[in-house]
Amino acid sequence: MAILDKHKILETNATLLLVFSFLVVTIGGLVQITPLFYLENTIEKVEGMRPYTPLEMAGRDIYIREGCYVCHSQMIRPMRDEVERYGHYSLAAESMYDHPFQWGSKRTGPDLARVGGRYSDQWQVDHLRDPQSVVPESVMPKYGFLEHRKIDGKYIGDVMAANALVGTPYTEEMLENAQADFRAQADPDSDYDGLLERYGDKVNVRNFDGQPELTEADALVAYLQMLGTLVDFSTFTPDANR
Amino acid sequence: MSKTPEKQPGDPNTTGHSWDGIEEFDNPMPRWWLWTFYVTIVWGVIYTIMYPAWPLVQSATAGVMGWSSRALVQQEMVAFEEANAPWNAKLVETPLEDIAKDAELQQYAVNSGGAVFRTWCAQCHGSGAQGAPGFPNLLDDAWLWGGTMEDIVYTVSYGIRNEESDDARYSEMPAFGEILEHDEITQVVQYVMSLSNAQTDDAAAQAGKVVFEDNCASCHGEEGTGDIFQGAPNLTDAIWLYGGSEEALTETVTNSRFGVMPNWDTRLTEAQIRAVSAYVHQLGGGQ
Repeated sequence: MAILDKHKILETNATLLLVFSFLVVTIGGLVQITPLFYLENTIEKVEGMRPYTPLEMAGRDIYIREGCYVCHSQMIRPMRDEVERYGHYSLAAESMYDHPFQWGSKRTGPDLARVGGRYSDQWQVDHLRDPQSVVPESVMPKYGFLEHRKIDGKYIGDVMAANALVGTPYTEEMLENAQADFRAQADPDSDYDGLLERYGDKVNVRNFDGQPELTEADALVAYLQMLGTLVDFSTFTPDANR
Repeated sequence: MSKTPEKQPGDPNTTGHSWDGIEEFDNPMPRWWLWTFYVTIVWGVIYTIMYPAWPLVQSATAGVMGWSSRALVQQEMVAFEEANAPWNAKLVETPLEDIAKDAELQQYAVNSGGAVFRTWCAQCHGSGAQGAPGFPNLLDDAWLWGGTMEDIVYTVSYGIRNEESDDARYSEMPAFGEILEHDEITQVVQYVMSLSNAQTDDAAAQAGKVVFEDNCASCHGEEGTGDIFQGAPNLTDAIWLYGGSEEALTETVTNSRFGVMPNWDTRLTEAQIRAVSAYVHQLGGGQ
């Protein structure tokens, strides 16, 4: 056949073979990946999503730094056993401001996608300090040192600016007030009206770790306590055809 | 260089490729392999017709079977809900104190409540409800906020000292480090220890009695037996939430300690709350 004879040109010319192989792989990749960016049923819009507050963002960075994602997933799959245990299955939109997302792929510990509000701050602090004190059968390492590492949010504005660069809708105002908001969220006696105005009334403002100083434990607990709490599922009807 | 073997009679044809005089027989694929290959192609085509597959302009093809992982999980949830519906309805209708009188209903409540407990409560109260320092043991007879079915249902529904529920139980022990002198704290700690017959310094304990009556008795009672309406623990029963040592008590009196429990009325159904309450109530000490 004529086309097979032409194929011989490719088989006998290594550079040409490389170029055409690359073309084939590129087309294959585009066909698989491109639709995900425009198909309506892959980009579901949900109400309630907001960018992370500066303190939560710092907590998220600690979560990533300590490798929490190695043992904890943040992705509730649409199966009855998961929904019964962890709550409503995760929606893609719930990770829309995660750069990168923390879905994970291994559950040595439980899924954390909806851990927010499930336990008290004190439990979170006790559990980070000594997991076995509250869950004797746990194999989680101790993270008590987080309570002793003070943070001041000096660079959190830069982190947020970097996130803004990849599409998180942080406003100028949010970036300017990053450090002030960072401190205000962990101090219920502060003037946190600006924080609530910028990020919504549902933002938790508490002294998360119960210590006077602002520490990494404050940031991490602030992050954990908001996970999965943004979307109000009582008013949300998922399109079953997704 | 080895010599190219001569073509033998009966050999299959060659493919026509020749590299440095090396040729290649054109053997046919094994039949089973070839047919399996064709079947996978047919299977692939049928599969993409039956299930969601090809991306188009607005959405992907939905597949003629209408399969959807979301619809599937929904169906399964509904199926189990419907299967349990008569029991759950009965659980919600029955007055709280009568649930235990109906053996079958109690069995349902305790079993389904046990599942709720292991999912939502065990992390703080322990997988066997044995509690942990700072998180109450639910097996014993001591109740901070009352141990009747009604009390337990209220506590589970609205929680304790949380910010989410307006109906949460609330009380706060002051940090007496800012109110009392150092000596007074030492004395009152000795007195509190004497209430549960721990080894104490009797003179200090006597002095502490006065401090106790002035500062602590309004919540913990004249006798130190506590008050479930304020969640004030009984101090005479040698059951300690944060430890009963001199050191632990000094810390508690100086800086005050109290726990927080989330409200579950927004996460669990009424039937689930009643079931888990029935489970906790029958663990021991239910009033």
